[in-house]
Amino acid sequence: MAGQKTKIFDYTAYSLPTEGSAGFTGSWRSKRPVIVDAKCTKCNLCWLYCPEGTIIRVKGKIPIIDLTYCKGCGVCANECPSKAINMEDESKWLSK
Amino acid sequence: MVTINELTDDEFLLKGNSSCAGCGATMAIRWVLKILGKNTVLVMPAGCVSVFQGMFPASAFGVPVIDSSFGAQSSISAGLAAAYKVKGKKINIVTLAGDGGTGDIGLHAVSAAAERGDDVLYICYDNEAYMNTGVQRSSLTPYGAKTGTNPEGKMEWKKNLPLIMAAHNITYVATASVGFPFDLMRKVKKAASLSGFRYIHILTPCPPGWGTAENLAAELGRLAVRCGIFPLFEVEKGKLTLHKVSSRLPVSKYFEVQRRFEGLTEEQLKYIQSRVDEELAYLEQLEKITSKVSKAE
Repeated sequence: MAGQKTKIFDYTAYSLPTEGSAGFTGSWRSKRPVIVDAKCTKCNLCWLYCPEGTIIRVKGKIPIIDLTYCKGCGVCANECPSKAINMEDESKWLSK
Repeated sequence: MVTINELTDDEFLLKGNSSCAGCGATMAIRWVLKILGKNTVLVMPAGCVSVFQGMFPASAFGVPVIDSSFGAQSSISAGLAAAYKVKGKKINIVTLAGDGGTGDIGLHAVSAAAERGDDVLYICYDNEAYMNTGVQRSSLTPYGAKTGTNPEGKMEWKKNLPLIMAAHNITYVATASVGFPFDLMRKVKKAASLSGFRYIHILTPCPPGWGTAENLAAELGRLAVRCGIFPLFEVEKGKLTLHKVSSRLPVSKYFEVQRRFEGLTEEQLKYIQSRVDEELAYLEQLEKITSKVSKAE
């Protein structure tokens, strides 16, 4: 192998950054966060406090919640200063 | 100062990991990595964080991670710091360990690294028990809390780890809570700008372990500070700065929402209140004394 450049990654097993390393964690959810557009002040505190980072902030717009991975903990609803996030029962949405 | 607008949109703790819903540690680590950015290497021992890091071939972290054996995390990061110094690269080496990994099993290596002054940022996320193995008592479990190994409540007081680290005369020691994200991020930013051994102790409420509702992690972090149970302070070059709480709440406010403190008697509550008052008075005295200290570099 003299003179040949080898990378350490050729010989070791390594993990790559992956979204959903525990699967689609949205299936853990029993309550779904729903943003009431009229009350939202776009302060993005829900984006900051979400433990998972499932809330996506868009500049000057109402944040979007990624329901594929949202575990439904409700921290966003609890921290929202204008109480613009409601936690609604997931069963209500399933029948829709 | 850190503001919400200057924070990056990049995520370094990716969604869909296996942490519990409403985990306080995930919250804190997400903020820490947002401040430090991708120029970071994490070293972590067994603990909640190494569980939600994920299984091969998936990793929940957007930065390189070294899994160490339990208790060896400081030694590994010391080696990494030395290696990067030789290579001439400026990289944030961050050790992420829980309260058990820092205060019980890893204390010897942490103390040794602090004494040597290795160029490492040590972050201890304190969820006050061995949570990922099913809530067993650690030396940082608070007085009166019930755990799997203490079904009648712990009878010993919580070890004051931040002050133990401050006694090592290291560059920077700070305590932070997930209830105050901007304060936490300011401290991480400050620590990242310094060199030498830096230690940040973060209180990260654990809803399943503490027996609380899932949505209370941040609120409990705030309550712990407002009741005086977890005082926020920084020690820089021997100088202690205590963040004073203007109107302190009685400690019972913090206990009534947690199932692990169920069945505390009036006497026990009185004892806790008096001990908390004493510890705050001690910190205030320490602040006064150390304000005159000026350590030569």
